[in-house]
Amino acid sequence: MSDTIFTRLRALLGTTGVERDSHGVPRATPDSPDSLSLVCRLAHEEGWKIRVEGRGTWLAPDAPADLVVSTTGLDQVVSVSPADLVATVQAGAPLEALRRRLADYGMWLALDPPGRPERSIGSIVATATAGPLRHGFGPVRDHVLGCTVATGDGRLVNAGGRVVKNVAGYDLTKLHVGGFGGFGIIAEVHLRLRALPRADLTLVARGTRDTLTSAARDIVAGNLLPGALELLSPALAAEADWALATRLTGTEAAVQADVRRLTSLGELSWVPLPADRTAGFWSTAARGSLAGPVTLRLGVLGDGVDDALDLLAHDLDEGLVSAGAGHGMIRWTGDAVLDRLRALRRAAAAREVPMTLERAPWPIRRALGHFGAYREGVGKIVGRLRGTFDPGQCLSVALEGAE
Amino acid sequence: MTPSLLAALSRVVGRQWVRHRKAELTTYAMDGLPTHESLPGVVVMPETPAQVREILHLLHLVQVPFVARGAGTGLSGGALADPDTVLITLTRMNRILEIDPVLRRAVLQPGVVNARLSEAVLPYGLYYVPDPSSQAACTIGGNVAENAGGPHCLKYGVTTNHIVELEVVLPDGSVTRLGSSQGEPWGPDLVGLFVGSEGMFGIATEITVRLERIPESVRTMLADFSTVRSASEAVSAIIAAGIVPAALEMMDRACVAAVEASIYAAGYPTDAAAVLLVELDGQAEAVESEAATVREILGSCGAREVRSASTAADRARLWLGRKKAFGAMGRIAPDLAVQDAVVPRSALPAIMDQIEGIRREYQLTISNVFHAGDGNLHPNISFDRRNPAVAARVRAACREIMAACVAVGGSITGEHGVGNDKLDYMPWIFDADTLGAMRAVRQAFDPAEMANPGKVVPVHACREWTAVRSART
Repeated sequence: MSDTIFTRLRALLGTTGVERDSHGVPRATPDSPDSLSLVCRLAHEEGWKIRVEGRGTWLAPDAPADLVVSTTGLDQVVSVSPADLVATVQAGAPLEALRRRLADYGMWLALDPPGRPERSIGSIVATATAGPLRHGFGPVRDHVLGCTVATGDGRLVNAGGRVVKNVAGYDLTKLHVGGFGGFGIIAEVHLRLRALPRADLTLVARGTRDTLTSAARDIVAGNLLPGALELLSPALAAEADWALATRLTGTEAAVQADVRRLTSLGELSWVPLPADRTAGFWSTAARGSLAGPVTLRLGVLGDGVDDALDLLAHDLDEGLVSAGAGHGMIRWTGDAVLDRLRALRRAAAAREVPMTLERAPWPIRRALGHFGAYREGVGKIVGRLRGTFDPGQCLSVALEGAE
Repeated sequence: MTPSLLAALSRVVGRQWVRHRKAELTTYAMDGLPTHESLPGVVVMPETPAQVREILHLLHLVQVPFVARGAGTGLSGGALADPDTVLITLTRMNRILEIDPVLRRAVLQPGVVNARLSEAVLPYGLYYVPDPSSQAACTIGGNVAENAGGPHCLKYGVTTNHIVELEVVLPDGSVTRLGSSQGEPWGPDLVGLFVGSEGMFGIATEITVRLERIPESVRTMLADFSTVRSASEAVSAIIAAGIVPAALEMMDRACVAAVEASIYAAGYPTDAAAVLLVELDGQAEAVESEAATVREILGSCGAREVRSASTAADRARLWLGRKKAFGAMGRIAPDLAVQDAVVPRSALPAIMDQIEGIRREYQLTISNVFHAGDGNLHPNISFDRRNPAVAARVRAACREIMAACVAVGGSITGEHGVGNDKLDYMPWIFDADTLGAMRAVRQAFDPAEMANPGKVVPVHACREWTAVRSART
């Protein structure tokens, strides 16, 4: 069948748009949203399973499929409007390239997702993997104004728009941000930008976990709103002890005032990072999430961070942990067998804490699902939505587990 | 409505909470928009979530559609019901169930009035951010349905950014909880999908909101300009400088004139082409340094005078005219068509010129008061709907304004919703597949399309979402 698929795809996209991956599976690299939708339509009509790949830096390319759809051909920054602080970017564009392009205009996308700098925008949006900046600038959904998505049966849906405020129609964008590609393949997104902060300073304090979480609570309760306030486990920070890193952004005067307030709070000794080491510090932490085969996130309330960290340490191990001390999003990376992960999801659900599997080898994704432990009634709605956006079940995405 | 249905509804909520006489129904014939009118079949007023469940169960059984309604302050005809439809008003469900000042959350029933929530959490030094102009009357349930905005949404986001969890009664009477109090979804972001669904996915009976701390320092600045263009340029320059004000509002000459001629006169310069209100908040040092930058930008963009206030009383004075602008416009004519559209910020000067052209062409009174920071326009037309010729001109002018906004890449609504007012404009910005997707998503929550039928998505313009599926089988 592989040869048939290969031939049919080449008829659709031409020879340059279709190759084979290292296992011989046909790989289509559409270069426009339209050609992406054509590939999906063909797959839907033929009943072929599709695996979506971005730049290959986050999720392992191991979902079973008859063909691979790569978004690397959709790598354009389509437009940047400095006056409107909006950019339209294709899904396969690497974050780092976008960052550089925006910096030329004095602009910034306030997202610092886990993984490598060249991770694709589509991957970040589809998995809603925000990083430490979530504390000051919100989750991924707050940065996405709209998106173009090819559904599993090859329709193009243009959700949202390019303006920063918009309530025309239902907010379909929300379904695709963090939908793990289960409701279609993101082709293009409209992003909300910010002006680059004039001052951007990172300070790090080290200590025991308890000291740091307690200090973080004081910071949150005090009148400080840093861009990031992230607790890093020793393994992730590559240090002997836990680290609490805070990133202060704004005008020079405001950042200096924040530093004064921060240092007057509690006993911690805050060490400012030199400018030339700051990017490296955060990028090391972001890459740390790739240092094990499994990454998951727990969403807790600010006062539940300690309990959730205990839970992780008990059910899995201390691992590579990055925890938003204020917003309560905890990301864990490590190695764990399925049963332990299942037990963790159950224990988390009992505490009313959702656990989302961000990345894992296919057997674990298939068994556990990115999502699970739905509340009553939710599964039915999600099932109908999936049926709507992928009626032929062509998208090889394990939204829910096979339990 | 059949007598047996009226009797059954009465058994659920008590007879005094079921209204069906024409005089009683008239109260519910309109919302805040004077251009649409429709009498519901019956009005039922539940007091508890259990009653809402029972009502929806009952209606599901007899397949009678319903419309949920809060205070009826909406501006898109979204909460109007037809004679064959049951109107469910939620204003009796007005309890604040829980306030957690440490975790900054509040759990509310849908009928809680927006401003009452902020009053209730004030003692904790907290507030609820979205502040629509109708906040003294509008309900949180309605805010959720419409994804309401307000002047202070520029920096902190609109309703969808402040709702973390919802208990929802689906149109078949079943109950489900979406989201989590921490704000992390259980699965796909169904809270994000539900907020702004204009009452077409079900009824939210319990709403968990995020509260924010009242900022330590606030500075309000008022600048006046001799052209709308220079005021618009100041808006762009402030944002480009990396400053996100809490609010960035503009009023044009007609709006200022209306305000200054009313009891809400705030001392705005009536000879200015545009007045800009800039509010900065945050820590004292940040506000101080940003205020200096903003003042500089305002000056270099041609502001004639910049007034600044930092005490609550002085700030309230600067805000008075803006907050009461709609009331002031009410004096001009019996009716006010409050319109709502969005353009990219960079298109503001051009679109203001176009609106002025449309005003002249149709010989109408249009006052502009709007959220300039996010390009959210409110061109408001004062008229008398008893004069059919004028009413027709108003409709035509609204249509042209919308077309102009769409032409520059804007949207037909930024915070008021589509309702039935803007149904016709939806195909201007969404193609048939996207509209079809919207309808299909609605059907995932409401397969029989019983909740607020006929709003938001123009069914005739949707590509049938099942066509491909059936073609295959």
